[in-house]
Amino acid sequence: MSLFLNYTLNGIANGMIYSALALALVLIFRATKIINFAQGAAGMMTTFIASSLLAHGVSYWWAFVLVLAIGFAFGAMTERIFIRPLQGKSELNPVIVTIGLLVVLEGVAGAIYGNASRGFPAAYSQSGLTFGHSRIAFSHFDVFILVAVLVLMIAILILFRATTLGLRMRASAFAGEISRLLGVRVGILLTLGWGLAGIAGSLAGLLVAPTSSFGPYYMDLVLVYAFTGAVIGGLESPVGALIGGLVTGLCISYVGGYLGSGLEPLGALVLLMVALMARPEGLFSRPAARRV
Amino acid sequence: MLRHLLIASFGAGIMYLVTSNISLFDNYQVGQIASFVVVLAGLSVLTGVNGQISLGHGAFMAVGAYTTALLMNHTQWNFVLELASAVGVAGVAGLLIGIPATRLKGPYLAGMTLLFALALPPIADKWPNTFGGDQGLTMTTPNAPGSLSPQEWLAWIQIGGALIVLVLLANLLRSRYGRTLRAVRDDEIAASLAGINVARTKVLAFVISAGCAGLAGAFLGLSTGVVNTGAFPLTLSIQLLAAMVLGGTGSLIGMVWGAILLVYLPQWSTSLSGHFNLGSGVSAYLATIIFGAVLIVAMIAAPHGVQGGLRWAWRRLPGSGSGVGGPAPGAPGAPIPVLTDE
Repeated sequence: MSLFLNYTLNGIANGMIYSALALALVLIFRATKIINFAQGAAGMMTTFIASSLLAHGVSYWWAFVLVLAIGFAFGAMTERIFIRPLQGKSELNPVIVTIGLLVVLEGVAGAIYGNASRGFPAAYSQSGLTFGHSRIAFSHFDVFILVAVLVLMIAILILFRATTLGLRMRASAFAGEISRLLGVRVGILLTLGWGLAGIAGSLAGLLVAPTSSFGPYYMDLVLVYAFTGAVIGGLESPVGALIGGLVTGLCISYVGGYLGSGLEPLGALVLLMVALMARPEGLFSRPAARRV
Repeated sequence: MLRHLLIASFGAGIMYLVTSNISLFDNYQVGQIASFVVVLAGLSVLTGVNGQISLGHGAFMAVGAYTTALLMNHTQWNFVLELASAVGVAGVAGLLIGIPATRLKGPYLAGMTLLFALALPPIADKWPNTFGGDQGLTMTTPNAPGSLSPQEWLAWIQIGGALIVLVLLANLLRSRYGRTLRAVRDDEIAASLAGINVARTKVLAFVISAGCAGLAGAFLGLSTGVVNTGAFPLTLSIQLLAAMVLGGTGSLIGMVWGAILLVYLPQWSTSLSGHFNLGSGVSAYLATIIFGAVLIVAMIAAPHGVQGGLRWAWRRLPGSGSGVGGPAPGAPGAPIPVLTDE
């Protein structure tokens, strides 16, 4: 029983990270109908920058905030430089461009920082919390993950639901031409959407780094798990990203625990295939109309 | 069909002259180029002609390579049969992926095939006794006839395979089935209204391209002599995509350009970084960076690749203007083609 509990708690902690990255994917998909396969690699890059800052003596929390801001800038610049020229052409082209970005970012990170395995410090202790006499598999750092991602998600929800800016962003994504006619600066809002996604991606990168081998490719699996979570939740919904990420995290934790590590990506693949066969629009989406 | 056979024979003749007159190492590389042409041609058919993107073809190559390696190590089957099994088993894998893929479009399909590419190699690590673990399984080429050197013989096997695959695919694309593939790519609903079984077409395209990838994987396993999971990382699948895009998505002959890129880029980037004294750490990653840059630049500036550019130039030649104008057909982003080549 306690094994199950441990796997569950582990799954929740990891699932929250996948939710953060899934949130980034959802934000971009809502804004521009593109899946940004480079989001994980962007998070990796900003985390490497954080690692450099820490090595130069910057305090952890300053590096944290700075790197989130860099993530924002990265996301915004990516939209401007690489995605804007492709608006209106075939659907496959932006996908391939983001894959190209993924590869370039991994290559640049590898070239600058090299292959040497390095560690990344965690904000809080990673040993299990104690309840009474027993330790559970949920550490202070896992609590921090939970809180950080929830704060991000609530902030995004408040932005979208309760502010004029959020309303304008939703309008730009939903009906770009009409919004332009009504005076909404659609272009800038799309860039803003990508910037916010960049923040979420950087956060995910910072949260994953302490628990994994920290190299140029460490976000690859996180990205596909986040993708799975985003698809399960429905690519249009932040709440769906949260739920989908948690479901994926739990599923992977159980697969890894009961069937052995190394089979987790396969478990995620099966989960994704089942979800896409059963409910391709995701759990939290409106049914989409198709033009014939 | 006849025209394709003639072109293939001509190509075979040229390749014979080339392989007899170049060094053994160059033979090895020419053979690798031919192997990559096989997988790229299959990928080009799947993505360019049928409109389904796949980021998982490295995994299909692994399936083919491991199948042949396992047969070589545990049975005494005929060599051609072993290669055919690579095609068959990889085709089955293509079936397993192709069936859920019928429900997916663009980015969703890319995501699922990406996950497939990441999920498959660890399976071989999970059972190291069967799959050889880190050391992998060895593959041996059958002995060369007469006085032919082993490298030339292997190159010939690979070139022969590539020519056969190209002829078969070219015939396929010219046939009714080729038109069906394009119809499904361009407008699924119209195609199904016209009586085409869309799902079956899409699955079959996946099976064919996976089979090609399996054969190519077996060929490359013969080149390196060993098959292990390290040979099929995610970056391989992405490099295949980049090579296909550069060569010209949807084209078959264009895949030669892509294959050349794949085989020679690591060398060029090493010498480039040596030229600029960039250090060994950088040179290992420079090839990766260039592949990614190729993808980005090609998509933004030249989505039809080298072959598309050549076609565009050919049409601009005075006196060769035919009735079919516009961008190269069969590439993503092109309008519905009226007539198609290749």
